[in-house]
Amino acid sequence: MDIHEYQAKELLSGFGVAVPRGKVAYTPEQAAFVATELGGSFWAVKAQLHAGGRGKAGGVRLCRSHHEVALAAKDLLGRTLVTHQTGPEGKPVQRIYIEVAEPFEREIYLGFVLDRKIQRIRVIASAQGGMEIEEIAHKDPASILEARVEPAVGMQPFQARELAFGLGLNTKQVSRATTTILGCYRAFRDLDATMVEINPLVVTADDRVVALDAKMSFDDNALFRQPAVAEMRDAAQEDPREAQANQHGLNYVGLSGDIGCIINGAGLAMATMDMIKYAGGEPANFLDVGGGASPERVGEAFRLVLSDRNVKAILVNIFAGINRCDWVAQGVVQAAAGLKVPLIVRLAGTNVEAGQKIIRESGLPIISADDLASAARLAVEAARRPRTYRGDFER
Amino acid sequence: MSILIDEKTPVIVQGYTGDKASFHAREMIAYGTRVVGGVTPGKGGQMHLDRPVFDTVKEAVRSTGAQASLAFVPPPYAGDALMEAADAGLKLVCIITDGIPAQDMMRVKRYLLRYPESSRILIVGPNCAGIISAGKAMLGIMPSNIYQRGPVGIVSRSGTLGYEAAAQMKALGIGVTTSVGIGGDPINGSSFLDHLALFDQDPETRAVVMIGEIGGQQEAEAAAWVKANMKKPVVGYVAGLTAPKGRRMGHAGAIISGEGDTAAEKAEIMRAHGLFVAPSAAELGATVARALAKVS
Repeated sequence: MDIHEYQAKELLSGFGVAVPRGKVAYTPEQAAFVATELGGSFWAVKAQLHAGGRGKAGGVRLCRSHHEVALAAKDLLGRTLVTHQTGPEGKPVQRIYIEVAEPFEREIYLGFVLDRKIQRIRVIASAQGGMEIEEIAHKDPASILEARVEPAVGMQPFQARELAFGLGLNTKQVSRATTTILGCYRAFRDLDATMVEINPLVVTADDRVVALDAKMSFDDNALFRQPAVAEMRDAAQEDPREAQANQHGLNYVGLSGDIGCIINGAGLAMATMDMIKYAGGEPANFLDVGGGASPERVGEAFRLVLSDRNVKAILVNIFAGINRCDWVAQGVVQAAAGLKVPLIVRLAGTNVEAGQKIIRESGLPIISADDLASAARLAVEAARRPRTYRGDFER
Repeated sequence: MSILIDEKTPVIVQGYTGDKASFHAREMIAYGTRVVGGVTPGKGGQMHLDRPVFDTVKEAVRSTGAQASLAFVPPPYAGDALMEAADAGLKLVCIITDGIPAQDMMRVKRYLLRYPESSRILIVGPNCAGIISAGKAMLGIMPSNIYQRGPVGIVSRSGTLGYEAAAQMKALGIGVTTSVGIGGDPINGSSFLDHLALFDQDPETRAVVMIGEIGGQQEAEAAAWVKANMKKPVVGYVAGLTAPKGRRMGHAGAIISGEGDTAAEKAEIMRAHGLFVAPSAAELGATVARALAKVS
């Protein structure tokens, strides 16, 4: 799960990380008022969205008067911002963050990830802040410093100090950077984060070390024990279908093709999508119905897939282990009544004969497939058929 | 032969008295697995499925001589259950649970280092379908009838794709020594490489199928190991050619983060290291047949 910059800063400041003074606003009037409250004469107005690349896309404005703040807020709020990380559909801007802007001398990159290869938290720092880490890795790989945290004892002060000295900071700055690095680490560990990124971490003329931007992502599997983090979820930043899927124990990812997929198991779902592509078609979605696919859950899966207007055919592929084919078949038959696109069903595994019998005897024009290859081929053919074809469900 | 488990392996079930655990324990017993008891804290002294229930794994091991465990424990308590299994001296624990926090698994993996390698537990999973040695024993939740006894090992991140491979092979008359699900999480108890090495030592296994997916580096590491060390042919497949970057595809670990972890890149690495790469998931069985023809 991702959160907004202002939320990440709120969390990190609780762990001793210095951040600029700032406040969130939802309207231009509120934005101007916030600027008055914060005081000063120079503000940054920042669009809040769950994606990077915001600055380049015009999502950050520097303002010199309350009026300019209000104008910037008016321009940003309600807009859909497209950055190189949002995809072409962009993300809506419904909140803005107003911060007191101050000059700085240096920009540093600081990142924390849960590295699956080394199975440790890895800390990355570079004196070349302000650029994305991929760009730093490309342009100045030698500037990248690294520390690995031993999970039994956690990050040690010497590790943070080594990074800080390695960045070329002076003694005063090193002690503040060490506090920042250890604070980010503790936030990462205590809040079950999967990523913390401060880019840039700036150094001011009076030797303060301040997080100018902040990004945090969290482990979905740990949200059960992080209620304060879970509450920060902003559903408006997520695909509404994915949010709806989550509520019903389904895993859904929307894609741009026209063949809707309802499959059990993440691996089989990906492989089936690949088969559709292999057969010359394009999948409309990834959907894993999971184990224990009750008729209700299958019905919900159909509703989700059909909420995508591009869908011209649906492919159901179930290899039942925990699931039972007869159970899934009941759900399919219930959901298929009144369906307006062709439906291809492939069942295998536990109770397959009983499941196939239910499909056969339903009287519905469901197309049965025996194996993965024919299921994909039949789905691609069905999606291409003209609307007048009479063998399928009425379209 | 087979790897990890056979009909003689004494097995306990952690979380034994729960509904799902009971259902699958019954299936395991029916398949011929030597289930000798189970653990549910607070229910020690009772009998369940005609077998004793213990409060702690240590007691279960002491009373039954158990060597392996199947853990059906909810995510918040799963890390604890794995460490308990490790400390009780079991050789193997298979964990089915989906949804364990990644930092818990990180700590579990670190905890195992306190035991010398010779007595360190092997964790299979989490978020997997389990282990089956065809015709001998099952430590998992798979539909057992699709596994015919034969000469091929299966190791897969995905449960259902492992089923797909076994069913396609059965249709061609090809059987399985052992099938292992290593699970879809970003931090696995054991990796492709761990199980390939075991299959390489198993005299009955003549070829191995390795089924990967997007995300992480372990397919690439395993492929390099195969080229350098493995004496037997390996069939490879990677799911997720159509998966978009940065999106989590169902499994917590199935996400392309841009470091050579796409399906196409992994398949290419497998090919470059001499694996037989199945062009699609529908050709897993046929590709295994081709690989077997090389060694017969």
